[in-house]
Formats: sequence, C-alpha cells, structure tokens
Amino acid sequence: MRAADLTTALVLIAGGALVIWDSLRIGIGWGTDGPKSGFFPFWLAVLMIGACLGIMGRALGDKSGKPFVTREQLRPVLDVLWPAVACVLLMHWLGLYLASALYMGFYMRRFGHYPWLAAVSVSVVFAVSVFLIFEIWFLVPMPKGPIEVWLGY
Amino acid sequence: MGFENLLLGFQVALQPYNLGLAVIGVTLGTIIGVLPGLGGANGVAILLPLTFSMAPTSAIILLTSLYWGALFGGAITSILFNIPGEPWSVATTFDGYPLARQGQGGQALTAAFSSSFVGALFAVVLITLFAPLLAEVALKFGPPEFFAIQLLTFSSFIGLGGGSPLKSLVSILLGFIMAAVGLDIVTGQLRMTFGIVDLMKGFDFIVAVIGLFGIGEILLSMEEGLAFKGASARMNPRVVWETWKVLPRYWRTFVRSCFIGFWMGFKPGGATPASFMSYAFAKRFSKNPESFGKGNLEGVVAPETAAHAAGGASLLPMITLGIPGSPTAAVMLGGLIIWGLQPGPMLFKEKPEFVWGLIASMYTGNVIGVAMVLAFVPLFAAILRVPFAILTPLIVAVCAVGAYSVNSRMIDVWYMLIFGVIGYVFKKLDYPLAPLVLALVLGDLAENALRQSLIMSQGSLLILLERPISGAITAVALFFFALPIITPWWRRLRGGSVPAASPRET
Repeated sequence: MRAADLTTALVLIAGGALVIWDSLRIGIGWGTDGPKSGFFPFWLAVLMIGACLGIMGRALGDKSGKPFVTREQLRPVLDVLWPAVACVLLMHWLGLYLASALYMGFYMRRFGHYPWLAAVSVSVVFAVSVFLIFEIWFLVPMPKGPIEVWLGY
Repeated sequence: MGFENLLLGFQVALQPYNLGLAVIGVTLGTIIGVLPGLGGANGVAILLPLTFSMAPTSAIILLTSLYWGALFGGAITSILFNIPGEPWSVATTFDGYPLARQGQGGQALTAAFSSSFVGALFAVVLITLFAPLLAEVALKFGPPEFFAIQLLTFSSFIGLGGGSPLKSLVSILLGFIMAAVGLDIVTGQLRMTFGIVDLMKGFDFIVAVIGLFGIGEILLSMEEGLAFKGASARMNPRVVWETWKVLPRYWRTFVRSCFIGFWMGFKPGGATPASFMSYAFAKRFSKNPESFGKGNLEGVVAPETAAHAAGGASLLPMITLGIPGSPTAAVMLGGLIIWGLQPGPMLFKEKPEFVWGLIASMYTGNVIGVAMVLAFVPLFAAILRVPFAILTPLIVAVCAVGAYSVNSRMIDVWYMLIFGVIGYVFKKLDYPLAPLVLALVLGDLAENALRQSLIMSQGSLLILLERPISGAITAVALFFFALPIITPWWRRLRGGSVPAASPRET
C-alpha cells in the first residue's frame, strides 16, 4: 500500500510539474484582458503538488505493510485487461463489431470454458444487436473494418 | 405560480412517446443498476450519444428514468445477492440480505422499492416547490457568486466526504487540470497539449466516467472475485400487500430519512453518506437496536429512503444552478450542453417546457419505476445469474461502444482503458472519483467564473468575500475546507477520540 501510495503521488507530482512548466510558458500573470491562459492551471498544479507532498508524508508514516494487490488478486484483473487492450488495438483494423465479438468469444472460451457454439453465438448476437441499435436505429456509426465493407456498409 | 407550470410539464411527460421512453429508461436503468460495473453515471454516459438526435425534453426524460431505474436496481442486488450494485446500497445489504436469507426477500424488496419511491417522491415535491425560487435567486448571480458555489461544491467533498481530505483535494485538482487541457476558449491558446494533436480537444468527461466507473469497477470486482450466490425471493401481490400494511409503522424513519437524504443529496457527495447516516439514526432511535443487521425491515427502509431522496435532490442544483450534485447529474448536465441548452437559472425562463417536463417526468418515472420493479423483480434478478465469463466481456464491450460513440474517435476508447486503470488504482488507494468527475465537468465553467470575477475586481480575490451572497457562500466553503483541520483539534479539546472514516461516494 505504501509503495503504491508513494508512486501515485510521485507520478502526480511529475504531472503537476509538467503543467507548471507549460503554464509558465504561456504566462500565468495578467494579460491585456484578464488573467492569462496559464493562470488557472498553474495554481491548480501548485496546490496539487502541495497536497501530494502531504500524502507522501502520511504514507511514509504508514507501517501497516498491507500489500496494494496480491498476485492472486492481480491475475483476474490482468485477464480482463490484456484482452481488452488487444481488442481495442484490433478495432483499428477490424472495426468495432468484429473486434468486440472476437473479444467476447475469446473471453468466454478461455476463462469461461464454454463450448465453441455458445461462445460464437453469444458474440455474434452481441455484435448484431449493437449494430442494429446503434447503426440502424439511432444512426450512431461505429468504426468498421473489411467485413462491413464486404457486406456493403 | 408553480402549479400551472407543473401541469404544463405533465402534458409533456404524459405524452405516449415520452411515457414509452420512461418505460424503456426504467427498464434499462434497472438492468444497469443490477449489473456490477455499470452504475447510473456510466449508464447515462453510454446512452447519451443515442440521445443526440432526440428532442432535448424526451432525451432528458429517458436519462432521468434510467437514473431512477439504476437506483431501484441497486436494491435488488443488495438484498438478493448481498452485492451492492451501487455504493449507496451498501447500507441496504445490512438487513436486506439477512431478510432474504430468512425467506423474506419479497418483503425486503417491497420495503426497499416502496421506501425508494417515498424518498424520491419527497425529493421531487421539494424540487417542484423550491426549484423556481432557487432559479429566481440564481438569476441575480454574477461570476463571483457562481465561483463561490463551485467552491462550496468542492469544499463539501473535502469537509464532509470522509476519507483523506488531501486525497479528495488531489482528485478535485486533477479533474480541473484535465478539464483545462486543450484549447483555452477565452484566449484561444493551446494548453498542456505538448504538441500532440489528439490532446487539442481535451478529455471528454463522458469517456472519463465510462472508464473510471465502468472499467475501473469491473477490474475491482474481478479482483474481489465475482461470485453471485443469490437468495431467491417470492414476489406476489399478497407479499406486497402484507408488507405495505406493515410499512406505515415506520413513518418516523421515513420522515427522518427523507430529510437526511434531501439535505445530504442537495450538496454533492450525497447519496452514500446519506444512506449510512439514515441507517445509523434508525438504529439509534429504534426500540430494539440489536435486531439491526439481523434482518430488520426498518434497516432496509432507512437507507433506501435516504438514498433516493438524495438521488432526487442532487438534480435540484443541476437544473437551477447548472451545478450537478452527483456524477450522474454531471453527465446529464453534459447532455444539456450537447443538446444546445445552457444549464442554469435561465432555463426556467427560456425553456419552461423542458424544465417542467423534466420535473413532471420525475413523478411519472418513479411511479412507472416502482410498478415495474415490483412486477418484474425475478426477471431483473435473473440477470445476475448470467455467468461472469459472459457478463464481464459484455460490460467491457458495451463501455467501449459508449466511449467511441461520444465523439466517434478511437482515441477515446484508449482513454477509456487508461481511465479504467486510473479508476482501479485510485479506488484502491482511496482517492474519491466523484469529485474528479465533477471537476472535469465543471472545469471550464469554474475557470471562466473565476476569470470574470478577477476581471471585475482587477485581480483581487477578495471580491469573492466582498459581495454579500458570494461572501456568505465563500465563508461556508472556507469553513468546509478547514473542517479536516478543525475537527481533530476540536475533538482533542473535548477529549474525544478520532472517529473512523465514513464510507465514500463514488
């Protein structure tokens, strides 16, 4: 817990420093028509860094030694996360419908140990219903890939 | 004054099309409330893009109905599965689940829905009475007053939110900083984009909500291991009727919880602390407090009434001041802006049919909601019997669809994943997410109010204290900001001990 607390605070401080640097670049003072663009972010970042230092001070005093996450806890989390990342990556080429159907099918097969038929039918039903609701009914277009082009969309 | 306006509202809300939307909204909302990882806020966020082509009044009716549905749905999972679908239903599990285990799930559910209905109705009646007055007052507000209200909004997270005040502060500031990324609309300057084109448009808060609450929540519940072992409930008209005969006995709890809920919910950070507080009060004033936690119907009534009164109350500042009281209200506020409406007091003057249609739809939405959940509980509960290996990817995929459809940009789907990880880490480290989202929504408004105030005063922050209304609000805000420093000091003075942190709002 302590290490995670310190790391998060450090990352936020680094982010804050970046904001301060950018704000100084565009000016934090008084322009011709009121405060310059950097004024508001500058003070936000200064306050945030101050608060983060306070959090770090608190965290250093924390002796509980509770781990942020155990190996057994992290596994299922990563199991959701990495296929999701892969799915979003695939969306760039395959479009949203196919990529999310693949994701669902993969997850069901791999972690739910479903038979192929179940996995395929659930993911196809999902993709088709999203298509009908968004693309047809509400006219909200989703990213499309070769399959949709081949089908004439 | 208000009465004919309300009639006008009902004419809008009772149109068959809008009633139909309310039914759809309640159904979807209940499903969303039942599903882990899909709460009211991101249910509304995912559906928001679908409403872009609708008339604003119909759109808001759909979304508020969804909100009511999500509130009802939270109660189903808490009572039957001991899984609070929403943070404000945690207190409902204390007595709801034991009741269900004892075979009285039907009674507990009936009590929960009826209490929700009473709480929400109370809030809506107060909104009907006070919203026009508040809007009238707010019309006289200038930039300093609006900035003062913003200060008050965020100070209440720090002073009353429980948990670490420093972490609440960081969440707020981070939200404001993210809101400032991109084009500065006042000067036309690019800020914090570091030459990256994708950052020019800034971060969309809808995407942030979907990531933080949707993906983040799924990751958390995966970690805890999803295991739905539900008690079953028999629901039939007789059970409902028998429970209704018992409920009036708890009128004191109802009244108390309504007021607690409305009072807490009007200020941000509301529903969750309200439900806990109301539960604690019910226990304290009860004749047999030891029966609480073992299946006391009153222990279901108290938190549910308060949570829904708070849920309703959080819409009051949204429609009158343009400042949302909860993350869900914040998403709806974003919707108003997208539909081309300027949230705030002028709405009452410019778009009365919208405002009053919305208020009237709160009545109809609740009536429809309570009737539907009472009738279809077994169906909604069946959703949780769908195995997690299907639910999890389904929810992730739905979130991705929602994130993409906001702006039709792939980068938003990536942001959603990043926000999901941030939400997971922040939640574990006890950084509250609600103030971050609110700050992200209100960032531009707050910054403009501050800048205009400073222009009015030629750069002196004292203007916030010098004007009477903003002075009073700022003073209260400063008091809340100082509360975490004052409280331990005050307790030491009185020789008490430091209390445990109260549960937080998400």
